[in-house]
Amino acid sequence: MNPSMAITEAPGLFTADGLTGLIFLIIMAATLIGGIIACCAERLVRAVAGLMVCFVGVAALYYFLNSPFVAMMQMLIYVGAVCITIAFAIMLAAPEESKKNGPAGPLSGPLGFITAGIITFGLIVMALRTQFPILPKVNKGTTKEIGIQLLTQYSMVFELISIVLLIAIIGALVLARAGRSK
Amino acid sequence: MSILALYNNLNTFLYLAALLFGMGVYGLVTRRTLIGMLISAELILAAASINFMAFNRFTAPDPTVGQIFTLFIMAIAAAEAAIGLSIVLAVYRNYKSIDTEDLVELQG
Repeated sequence: MNPSMAITEAPGLFTADGLTGLIFLIIMAATLIGGIIACCAERLVRAVAGLMVCFVGVAALYYFLNSPFVAMMQMLIYVGAVCITIAFAIMLAAPEESKKNGPAGPLSGPLGFITAGIITFGLIVMALRTQFPILPKVNKGTTKEIGIQLLTQYSMVFELISIVLLIAIIGALVLARAGRSK
Repeated sequence: MSILALYNNLNTFLYLAALLFGMGVYGLVTRRTLIGMLISAELILAAASINFMAFNRFTAPDPTVGQIFTLFIMAIAAAEAAIGLSIVLAVYRNYKSIDTEDLVELQG
């Protein structure tokens, strides 16, 4: 029904395909466990550690999706930069001290769980019901082809990313410096 | 379909992304600190990227487009994290707290 590529019969566990499938299952479990830690952990430092595990798993998933370049970028940008930045912010803002009890808002607790469950269920049912057409590939999507496309057809995207990052750097400096002169 | 051939199936990745998205939404509505909400937003962005990459691998005719879009999402997420965290630090300097309940000055 939905596109599954070459393999149709069940591969044995100790063939190359079977071991690949086993590694994929482990990676999938790591991603989900990391996500659960990131959204449910009591301490924010643990949540960042869970987010890191989750992002390493996502990078491995990108590798399974034939995109080693994006997997490397995921490791560099998310695991190496974003998580470290969040960890620094946690250390600078020290949010652990003022811990309050009681519900954080009307949607926290079971109602929030139901909200997230409904959204997840809707997405899964939508993926299950939809028939996605498979189109023939026009190229292989290697790193070289990404580079050529990024500097010819999608050069606007490239320039936009540069400008967005420049504005983000300047904005972060301005915002973080504002109160320091007092 | 065997459980060991799951990695060759589009639906596996879509379910995984849906679960990550649900976790992100759950964290976003339950967290009481700004940094916790930012962590959950990162989970949502990761779920969106997984969806793009899965469709890119299995159905799209040109497999470079989804990868370029995912790179764009990464740059946006990095910019969002930098700006968001500097806003958090500015808030912490003014209020000595990053709890969302303390930031109610504009509440009527």
